Amino acid sequence: MDILLSSISQGLIWSIMAIGVYLTFRILDIADMTAEGAFPLGAAFAASLIANHANPWLATLVGMLGGMAAGLVSGLLYTRLRIPALLTGILTLTGLYSINLRIMGKANIALLNQTTVFSAFAQFSSTMQVIIVGALLVAVIMVLLVLFFNTEMGLAARAVGDNPDMSAANGVHVANMQIVIYMISNGLIALAGALMAQSNGYADISMGVGTIVIALAAIIIGEVLVRNLTLGKRILTIIIGAIIYRLIIALVLWAGVDPNDLRLFYAALLTVLLAVPLMRQLTKQYNRRRANRIHIKSLNAQAAKEDKAK
Amino acid sequence: MKNTPVLTIRDLHQYFEQGTINETHALQGINLTITEGEFVTIIGGNGAGKSTLLNSIAGTLPIDTGQIVLDGKDITYDSVTKRARWIARVFQDPKMGTAQRLSVAENMALAAKRGEHHSLFRFGTPRSARPRFQAALKRLNLGLEDRLDTEIGLLSGGQRQAITLLMATLQKPEMLLLDEHTAALDPKTSATVLHLTEQLVNEEDLTALMITHNMQDAIKYGNRLLMLDHGKIVVDIAGEEKKHLTVPQLLDLFNKASQEELTDDELLLSADK
Ligand SMILES: Nc1ncnc2c1ncn2[C@@H]1O[C@H](COP(=O)(O)OP(=O)(O)O)[C@@H](O)[C@H]1O
Ligand SMILES: [Mg+2]
Repeated sequence: MDILLSSISQGLIWSIMAIGVYLTFRILDIADMTAEGAFPLGAAFAASLIANHANPWLATLVGMLGGMAAGLVSGLLYTRLRIPALLTGILTLTGLYSINLRIMGKANIALLNQTTVFSAFAQFSSTMQVIIVGALLVAVIMVLLVLFFNTEMGLAARAVGDNPDMSAANGVHVANMQIVIYMISNGLIALAGALMAQSNGYADISMGVGTIVIALAAIIIGEVLVRNLTLGKRILTIIIGAIIYRLIIALVLWAGVDPNDLRLFYAALLTVLLAVPLMRQLTKQYNRRRANRIHIKSLNAQAAKEDKAK
Repeated sequence: MKNTPVLTIRDLHQYFEQGTINETHALQGINLTITEGEFVTIIGGNGAGKSTLLNSIAGTLPIDTGQIVLDGKDITYDSVTKRARWIARVFQDPKMGTAQRLSVAENMALAAKRGEHHSLFRFGTPRSARPRFQAALKRLNLGLEDRLDTEIGLLSGGQRQAITLLMATLQKPEMLLLDEHTAALDPKTSATVLHLTEQLVNEEDLTALMITHNMQDAIKYGNRLLMLDHGKIVVDIAGEEKKHLTVPQLLDLFNKASQEELTDDELLLSADK
């Protein structure tokens, strides 16, 4: 029960990150490495402000805005300087490392006994606090995103993801829409980082490493569960995917895997998940061929019988 | 109204890979004025520069030399996005003209706002627009009026191309550009889409440029015919003369106009049809 609750609480925070990654990954078709810099950026802003007794909600908001700024930078590099998406992400990520160190002033900030966004529900256990705040935020994000993607601008942004040439021919400012997606995406990722720092009780300069793999795994678990969904339902499956992912990790740790080996496990698990569509296809093909072999056998038997009759 | 120039192209040159051994002088000084209500068909052999001409007008190719004026505005250096306010386009590949994962209604809604601001405070596909989209689809007679919410990528190429054509006219363009927009379709669907093209151009009183590789179609449709050869306009016929044109005459014109005998197999083949 404890494992379940803590997986839900962690999964909710991760799902915010995963939703952010989903926007660049599935709408723009880019695996945006900026994520691994935006996540600690959000944490850095939130932790250093909270350590200086700022309002935790304000600190979280600043973290999110910082992520949007990082997204703006990547978006500009990608659209205006036409730097390939993967390099764009690596450039911003590398630069953010120094910026994050500057913001934090040191490699690690502890937030013990500080007022966080979770303190508002102090009457509950710490896990329940995270679940309550996480669920509320995820619900708000989901509603806002669904609304956004149904506005004229959101429709234009989705069209850009599908077919940039057609979008331009219909008067859509393609680069601007791509930048908007980059900004929303990294804003959400930084928000997740800000929440994670407050939930864990510390921000660390290296907390972004490997996070994109976790987010992608959550997305793909959701997609493997149910294929082809509208955005709102897709977000729901991503949340469920993130929670399932945390459960798997919890079970792996419980089974005695060394936490130092976790990242290897993350990578292996994502590899397996990415191979699922191919596996499905191969299984289908295998079954079809087996059925066909039986079919051909019966044809042969038929032919043999007719031969005998002659 | 008539005889007002809509599009004026002055001394347009386009080069590909200029300065290299592969240099192509794709357009060699195009001068062209198109007046309101003209429906111009364009023919010419493979590589004559037809697509390059349309891409230059639409803005997908930057202009090397020359000037393009649309409705009195110099658009020579305007982006595709900016030109979209005045220019609508149907591509050859049915996949190119629509956003695959968006629904029919969403694609149409996007096109209905062609060249306008995309607001954050209005719904992209308002309920109120659906009757209009439905009515537009109904005239295609393809049973698409009940499929507003179908992902457009699930429709056939012909269905998509017909919808793209509708989309181009939901917001009346100053200029409609069609680049072999039926070439990827089977003959029957191709004829249907061409017929629809003519209907829409006539009803909406559109000014249009249509590239085709079929001489018969070039003669049958439109009220002016251009033939391109090696980046130059070599034949330009309109009015009565165009109406009474025959394929042999057209071939003859081509041979006289171009430096060399017509050797282009494709052109001959499509003339047989
Ligand atoms: N992107 C390109 N790069 C290099 N050469 C090109 C390019 N596009 C067209 N060309 C060349 O320009 C000439 C005109 O091409 P195009 O306008 O596509 O001909 P058409 O549409 O009449 O068949 C051809 O010789 C073609 O090879
Ligand atoms: Mg062409």
